[in-house]
Amino acid sequence: MAEEVLLFGVWGSPFSRRVEMALKLKGVEYKYMEEDITNKSPALLKYNPIHKKIPVLVHNGKPIAESQVILEYIDETWQGYSLLPKDPYQRAVARFWAKFIDDKCLQPVFKACWGEEKDREKAAEEATELLKFLEEELKEKRFFGGESIGMVDIVASIIAFWLGVFEEASGVKLLTTEKFPKLCNWAHEFVSNGVIKENLPPRDKLIAYFRNRFGGANASK
Amino acid sequence: MAKSEVKLLGAWPSPFVMRARIALNIKAVEYEFLQETLEPKSQLLLQSNPVYKKIPVLIHADKPICESLVIVQYIDDVWTSGPSILPSDPYDRAIHRFWAAYLDDKFYPTLRSIRAAQGEEARKALLEQLAEGIALLEEAFGKCSQGKAFFGGDGIGFLDIAFGCFLGLLRATEKMGGVKLLDEAKTPGLVKWADRFCADGAVKGVMPETEKLIEFAKVFMAKMRGAPAK
Repeated sequence: MAEEVLLFGVWGSPFSRRVEMALKLKGVEYKYMEEDITNKSPALLKYNPIHKKIPVLVHNGKPIAESQVILEYIDETWQGYSLLPKDPYQRAVARFWAKFIDDKCLQPVFKACWGEEKDREKAAEEATELLKFLEEELKEKRFFGGESIGMVDIVASIIAFWLGVFEEASGVKLLTTEKFPKLCNWAHEFVSNGVIKENLPPRDKLIAYFRNRFGGANASK
Repeated sequence: MAKSEVKLLGAWPSPFVMRARIALNIKAVEYEFLQETLEPKSQLLLQSNPVYKKIPVLIHADKPICESLVIVQYIDDVWTSGPSILPSDPYDRAIHRFWAAYLDDKFYPTLRSIRAAQGEEARKALLEQLAEGIALLEEAFGKCSQGKAFFGGDGIGFLDIAFGCFLGLLRATEKMGGVKLLDEAKTPGLVKWADRFCADGAVKGVMPETEKLIEFAKVFMAKMRGAPAK
């Protein structure tokens, strides 16, 4: 039976790009469907009625939603490149950090760059404390996944790439080499990787998008 | 394996701690339960979970694992001779994980907010949200169980644990609010499932009594009201 893999995403979304990175690392062929979130397609609403969000992966007609759930599904379904370690303890560590990034880091990072002027400083402090944990976790590793890119790196792509975009678009600086030498080094290695590089959205277009969408009254000084 | 090899830092009212205990029970793992008072937090807790400083924390051969669902999956990955907690099929696993994420991201925050809700209007709105969530879970139960006893099939699985741990809180909310959240008419599947879940050998000893939870909630609410304004 011919295999059919569909991915519903948005060009600038770190969440759908994560899924593309995983699929590409695994060498899985897929058909990409660009969604207009201001005018969601009937297909998206059918495949993700609960959240009505991207990304959604549809494998042979069966939909999976929530980016980290999709990443685990991809790792378990297609052999070859491993996104998660084999050792149970290392897997638990990886799952912990992936969750930490999405549950804790994203909001303060976003607020520090795009929040109300009065909230930004506090959010930046919070974001800095949280990024420190990631800086410590990297230790001497090339990637969070060790020698090769793994699930945590893919989830952290939001820090490796999107944060830089936020910084340039908003004028707020969070990820400095003084405070985060290892994280900055990792970010550079990550975005330089062949597979990853091809799967990042065009930087200038993304900067313009964020400036336009969230800049407005809170435009950088 | 020596009992002291596996330790669980927790507290009896916590549904998240219950998840870890149920998983350990399913696998028949002997463990030492270290009751955390949380005020103040123990050195061990602060050392083993520096990021969140929260329970549960599983300590296995001196290595800490944090976050309840990460712990449950770890238990499943390590103790492979016992019954499986995650389904074997990747798609079924994805469905269980999807609903577990829904429970943690949407359902529980709503449930928890009801306690602190200001005014009848706010409470009603939250209860309606909760009821919508329960209706979705009733549908999910039908699809996942395929006529069997649990979301996981014949035995308790990942989603049963992820959801079932909130039954104590749900029942306490029903009693305190004079509402019915699990209803024989609207959610017959879940009503029967809840009884089976609570009666299961792996759950019975660790599910707190509703009355005790209500007491605990009252003490908690009084503390909140007595707390100095920020």
